[in-house]
Amino acid sequence: MSISRIAQGSSALTSAALLLWSGGAHAEYALNMPRGVTTISHDVYDLHMQIFWICVIIGMVVFGVMFWSIYHHRKSRGAVPAQFHESTVIEVLWTLIPMLILIAMAVPATKTLIRMYDTRDADLTIKVTGYQWRWQYDYLDEGVKFFSTLATPQSQIRNATAKGEHYLLEVDNPLVVPVGKKIRILTTAADVIHSWWVPELGWKKDAVPGFINEAWTEIQKPGVYRGQCAELCGRDHGFMPIVVKAVPEAEFQQWLAQMKAQNATPTASDSNPRTMQSNTDSPTVVGGQTL
Amino acid sequence: MSAASHATDHDHDHDHGPAQGLSRWLLTTNHKDIGTLYLLFSLTMFFIGGSMALVIRAELFQPGLQIVDPYFFNQMTTLHALVMIFGAVMPAFVGLANWLIPMMIGAPDMALPRMNNWSFWIMPFAFTLLLSTLFMPGGGPAGGWTLYPPLVLQTGQAFPFVILAIHMMGVSSIMGAINIIATILNLRAPGMTLMKMPLFVWTWLITAFLLIAVMPVLAGAVTMLLTDKFFGTSFFNAAGGGDPVMFQHIFWFFGHPEVYIMILPAFGIISQIIPTFARKPLFGYASMVYATASIAFLSFLVWAHHMFTVGMPLRGELFFMYATMLIAVPTGVKVFNWISTMWHGAMTFETPMLFSIAFVVLFTIGGFSGLMLAIAPADFQYHDTYFVVAHFHYVLVPGAVFSIIAAAYYWLPKWTGHMYDEKLGQLHFWLSVIGVNVLFFPQHFLGLAGMPRRIPDYALQFAEFNMVSTIGAFLFGFSQLLFAYNVIQTIRGGAKATDQVWEGAHGLEWTLSSPPPYHTFTTAPEVK
Repeated sequence: MSISRIAQGSSALTSAALLLWSGGAHAEYALNMPRGVTTISHDVYDLHMQIFWICVIIGMVVFGVMFWSIYHHRKSRGAVPAQFHESTVIEVLWTLIPMLILIAMAVPATKTLIRMYDTRDADLTIKVTGYQWRWQYDYLDEGVKFFSTLATPQSQIRNATAKGEHYLLEVDNPLVVPVGKKIRILTTAADVIHSWWVPELGWKKDAVPGFINEAWTEIQKPGVYRGQCAELCGRDHGFMPIVVKAVPEAEFQQWLAQMKAQNATPTASDSNPRTMQSNTDSPTVVGGQTL
Repeated sequence: MSAASHATDHDHDHDHGPAQGLSRWLLTTNHKDIGTLYLLFSLTMFFIGGSMALVIRAELFQPGLQIVDPYFFNQMTTLHALVMIFGAVMPAFVGLANWLIPMMIGAPDMALPRMNNWSFWIMPFAFTLLLSTLFMPGGGPAGGWTLYPPLVLQTGQAFPFVILAIHMMGVSSIMGAINIIATILNLRAPGMTLMKMPLFVWTWLITAFLLIAVMPVLAGAVTMLLTDKFFGTSFFNAAGGGDPVMFQHIFWFFGHPEVYIMILPAFGIISQIIPTFARKPLFGYASMVYATASIAFLSFLVWAHHMFTVGMPLRGELFFMYATMLIAVPTGVKVFNWISTMWHGAMTFETPMLFSIAFVVLFTIGGFSGLMLAIAPADFQYHDTYFVVAHFHYVLVPGAVFSIIAAAYYWLPKWTGHMYDEKLGQLHFWLSVIGVNVLFFPQHFLGLAGMPRRIPDYALQFAEFNMVSTIGAFLFGFSQLLFAYNVIQTIRGGAKATDQVWEGAHGLEWTLSSPPPYHTFTTAPEVK
């Protein structure tokens, strides 16, 4: 690395620090899993919190006993070591009690899992295909199909301009879906394995080339929900975001009609995937030359 | 005993000291020398793999791409994992096994000394080969250490070299494991029954069986990758009738037992150290042995919890969820036993004990997040995020690595005959324990908030915790230089260590002089 590169890095560092303090375009940081916008995501969140608190309580008891012992049973306080080294009763107890806790956790987990696997009676089916490095959405019964690609400009990634609010989580064509409808999502891939994940929907599903996976969602609240590819898929794995725009049914139908009209004439968003994969198309490669 | 009187006392040609110069290390069949080689090799790899981690953390210090290209970033994540798992953690445990198992069971050496030499000397070649791929056209492997196809098949010219390097590591591990089993089962001193063996020996016996069971599975999986790439087979190619997910099943059938290969010997080490500094026998020795065996058995039944999102049938998900949750029981038993060992002891807190206590606490935190990850519906959110990164680094760094460091401080006086610098050791401990938590704890938050793993750049809401994590990484990484310094100084000199070294230490190795003679227990001791 050249000196100028280091200097560049350190100036970027200072500006980042300044940006941090000033707030700037920084989004709020989060500590926990989002509760999400579907009944499933609420169930998943509740499971997550339930097991988290169980772990916290067990941890407090176990570490509490341990640190009490560390404080009181130390040689410098004149402790004399006892010589006991087994107790069948207590050993059976601390095998059985965890078993019971585990069974108590397995019951709600099983229920949620069964619900997540029930993809029957969907109102709408969308096929999601992962490409290196973009997503293609195909509304199977509607004949609407388009690519969705990172919209963050190169200059922001290379720190030449200030980063926008949705840095790396913005696309040219979002996936538009109606609220209050059960949507079946089929995932597959054209090249390597990808994984389609929007945290607010409560799950991710791998997109495997040659195979089709099923999942479903029913979004309660209109809004824009953002996610990313979650399975390492090569150089620009970090640069293939997902944006889901949930709108009321009427607005969705309007959008669908508009897309169908557009489809009559071919658009740039539906071009040959072979060109899509060319090196110059990589979001982090400029003019065929890597940074 | 001086060399001269030694020679006159027993004039056997196997009773000589070490050869001089380089040939001592190249040709050695002595378990102590080979143990030393393994440990120094491991320390070297720890720093190489650590430097790669610092490249990763430096790039992630702030949003945007600033230091490395995304493809090079992927090479770093891939090689960091391969180097740390196969180059740092596993050889460190084999090195400890070499040094300690013969001394603990009263054996003169390992059962198969020449194979022992070979299994070590494969390693430097395997890693030279692996690291040289960084300089090949197309760069090193960048598909992740899990080598999932079809992505891994996009690797450049490095691909066959990576596969060969993995085969070499596998051969080395299998030979090491055979040697350990042969030694433990055949060379125990009279009276050293299985249920009298120190726990470190027990955990290694079980680990060695795991190694023999799963390393060939990995070899098979990577060979199938090789034939898919060069010989037109379609094991993992859907277009030819194969299945990319089948690779993941085979890989994790190796990979999950592999996780326990890296933690069971750590359990053994901690079970040696805590009783010493609590001055009280280990609580529940028999249940420790049974818990280790149960964990090893269950490790073969849980592999698909690494694959909850690949689209398995519901019944598969449920089976692997329940089986995985079950592992919490024997693991819990171990933690309870360690705490009961401390209970009503008379504890002192020298460096090995400090690292052991940190191990118990932080490994348990890693166990908790592991339990959370076992819950399949919740795992759909956690999977492939920084939550997983935080989880496995908690069990591997303050878990496996802390146990190795604890072992080094604990037995170094025995090996070298010198006490290490206790003040420096404690400083190293505090910097490490603070550094490791600043490094990995915020990664739980990042993962829950939605940051995927293995990305070189991230959205702005992840900026704060990434910055904190990177600061922790540099603190932790550079603190390890204190460890290297302390170890080197102890080898070179220092206060004389007594034979027992620690007031509460029990076991055959502490009956030997510090340092022990080049050949020990040529006459088997009697164990009552």
